Amino acid sequence: MTIDMSQFYQVFFDEADELLAEMEKLLLVLDVSAPDSEDLNAIFRAAHSIKGGAATFAFNDITEVTHMLESLLDRIRKGEMALTSEHVEAFLVSKDVLTMQMDGHHHGSSVDQDAVDSVCRRLKALSQGILPETADAGPAPAPAPEPARTDAAPVADADGNFCFRIELPEVPQRDVDALATELGLLGTISQESLADQRVVFTLTTSEGQDSIVAICSFVLDPDDLKITHGASQAAAQTGAEPEQADAKPSAEDPGYGIFEPENTGAAGAPAVTAGAAKAEPATEAKNLGRRASDKEGASQESSSIRVGIEKVDQLINLVGELVITQAMIEQRIGVLDPIHHERLLNSVGQLTRNTRDLQEAVMSIRMMPMDYVFSRFPRMVRDLAAKLGKKVDFITRGAATELDKGLIERIVDPLTHLVRNSVDHGIEMPEKRRAGNKSETGRLTLSAAHQGGNIVIEVSDDGGGLSRERILDKAKQQGLPVSDTMPDAEVWQLIFAPGFSTAEVVTDVSGRGVGMDVVKRNITAMGGTVDIRSVPGAGTTIAISLPLTLAILDGMSVKVGEEIYILPLGYVIESLQPAGADVKDIAGQGQVVKIREEYLPLIPLYQIFAIEPNFTDPTQGIVVILEADGKKAALLVDSLVGQQQVVVKNLESNFRKVAGISGATILGDGGVSLILDVSALLRSSRQLNADPVFF
Amino acid sequence: MSHSTQTQAKTKAREVAGKEFLAFTLGQEEYGIDILRVQEIRGYEPVTRIANAPDFIKGVVNLRGIIVPVVDMRIKFSLGTPTYDQFTVVIILNIGGRVMGMVVDSVSDVTTLSPDQIKPAPEMGATFDSDYLIGLGTLNERMLILVDIDKLMSSDEMGLIERIAA
Repeated sequence: MTIDMSQFYQVFFDEADELLAEMEKLLLVLDVSAPDSEDLNAIFRAAHSIKGGAATFAFNDITEVTHMLESLLDRIRKGEMALTSEHVEAFLVSKDVLTMQMDGHHHGSSVDQDAVDSVCRRLKALSQGILPETADAGPAPAPAPEPARTDAAPVADADGNFCFRIELPEVPQRDVDALATELGLLGTISQESLADQRVVFTLTTSEGQDSIVAICSFVLDPDDLKITHGASQAAAQTGAEPEQADAKPSAEDPGYGIFEPENTGAAGAPAVTAGAAKAEPATEAKNLGRRASDKEGASQESSSIRVGIEKVDQLINLVGELVITQAMIEQRIGVLDPIHHERLLNSVGQLTRNTRDLQEAVMSIRMMPMDYVFSRFPRMVRDLAAKLGKKVDFITRGAATELDKGLIERIVDPLTHLVRNSVDHGIEMPEKRRAGNKSETGRLTLSAAHQGGNIVIEVSDDGGGLSRERILDKAKQQGLPVSDTMPDAEVWQLIFAPGFSTAEVVTDVSGRGVGMDVVKRNITAMGGTVDIRSVPGAGTTIAISLPLTLAILDGMSVKVGEEIYILPLGYVIESLQPAGADVKDIAGQGQVVKIREEYLPLIPLYQIFAIEPNFTDPTQGIVVILEADGKKAALLVDSLVGQQQVVVKNLESNFRKVAGISGATILGDGGVSLILDVSALLRSSRQLNADPVFF
Repeated sequence: MSHSTQTQAKTKAREVAGKEFLAFTLGQEEYGIDILRVQEIRGYEPVTRIANAPDFIKGVVNLRGIIVPVVDMRIKFSLGTPTYDQFTVVIILNIGGRVMGMVVDSVSDVTTLSPDQIKPAPEMGATFDSDYLIGLGTLNERMLILVDIDKLMSSDEMGLIERIAA
């Protein structure tokens, strides 16, 4: 039972990047003489979060650095140590090192171990209250900005223009002319020939090297290009020549070595080139490492972006409206003569497909498979079971069921709690199970499924079940208003009362009585409900039902009288018109329909919703065979209207919950249609004839 | 009238000092509601009936993508005849973020009432429970029955909002 942690890496890297950026921002604005404790806390939290994440993924090197960072920050935060600019400096350097390490893990770029060690030493020294001399860095690049950096930086002339010397490889004259024209657009250009017929441009421009490379790459391979930097032509001429020989061998790093700009001041002195930097890894390695990761980072960048949820929601709403408009058009053209309007009809068909694709794509932005949550549990269950000496089989179902990302993140904690509870309290010890004639290995099932406008997540165990007596006793002790005649469902709900725990022994796993109330509160906050089903000796199932306000569902529209209702297609098995002989009356129980050797209860929709139907006789109307929760029934309607995707709108946002209705949707004509809650219909189909349970 | 209700009504009247009210009619009576609760006024469109709902809840309509319940005040308070034609008016209310529609006979105007124009409502035991009344507004010859629409619409009696189970 292994979990592929790598699927969470991206999340960690994204978050860590953000945290590091945030940390840097805060560090830069930090007023050393009077640091804002809020800012210090925020920096501390950032370091702590990265440490936590890194530890989870076993990035021990990152953990190590963040740990030191964190302990130092903690002392400053608590006022045990005054903040100095050395601290801030060290923090910034550690941020850089962390970024480098992160890139190392993420993109496989090289990590300069010396830099890491140096930072660790520096942080340690600081936390011991020693102010390091900047020179202490020794071979390490960590402290302070390196002088090499400033040397290498291009120097602008008074107008902010840079002077570049661009040495071209051998290219046809035509291309040289074309390049001269194009580059001329960037600034002033002059052209001369070298002895070997190659051409050298001298360009004075306010643009950067990148623009030059971009232009040249239309014509030639940028790797063949040599660009050097000089504020004056003379300097470029005299100074650049010898360096180019150095620059050439840096083939291992083609993208960068040849672009190493040189500075006028360095005309006589050896300029810093990539080749030189290689020879002096201590000073330059860090820069290189960082640049290399920049390069790789650029190609990685587009793989994921973080966008505000409200932008996505707006998109979803707009697409929802588009779908309705599209359905409206489709309805309008339904009356047109298909021969005369063939092309229009074809175009609309195309529109329909595009809209549907668009809608699916947009919806999927927010949706994530439940697997994201479920995959955390097998390990937890195994460890827990081992600790408690129990044997547990962990089964997940419906891991592909998709749920809104916002909900998925919030469901993790409650689910973790429920799973723990099931292992700890639900499933009995092997001996006890054997005594109860059950297999020694308990079974814990975690499942997710869509039901109407809801997703239902169930944590189910085949353990001892809840003890009604114990719960009632405990409730009485705690002074909760209970009576011995309460229905089971109400008794079970008592375990959600704050501070309620029936566990005889408080373990470190659970039993402190905090938790279940939090679970309930969290789920209620998401607009969901928690139901408990429990049979003594046979197990407990806790079902969390969450609304899918965003859900789009495939629906079948059916008509009863003047009303159109939507049946979620997932529940529909078939629809047919039964023969008279297949419909049987059962005294006092309504009717059943015999379909494929099965007798299914007939649910007349008109009766439930008190509608004046066109047909009351099942042999004249249509029965739709529905299945939910393993139960089947035949729903009697007047006629079938069609099949369409509908946007589920919440009825409860402006109204109350209506029994038998799970939501509403807007039809092509702008009218509202109600979506039937099939499971509720089927559940109540038995008592249906006895009493009107709705309202 | 008891003393306490009088003070209560006075407090209410003070609260609404100088407020603007939207005047509408139900049958022969003229009512007023706080204009700030009114989102818009629309004509009556066919509604989608909600099964087993009380008569006065006509159903739900689509208001630019949101589902809005519509109640007919004429049925709720047995005033006037509930006819639906091109003159029937629906006042769309926004109460605490919840949007709902209210069918009335007609909408007349918006009036500003100063506190001294608002008299405490006598306890009539009439169609409106005085709990839902702010008072009676007098405007020249007209008398507006000022309704505390927030309270009325969120009451159990209307059944528009589900009570949160304790």
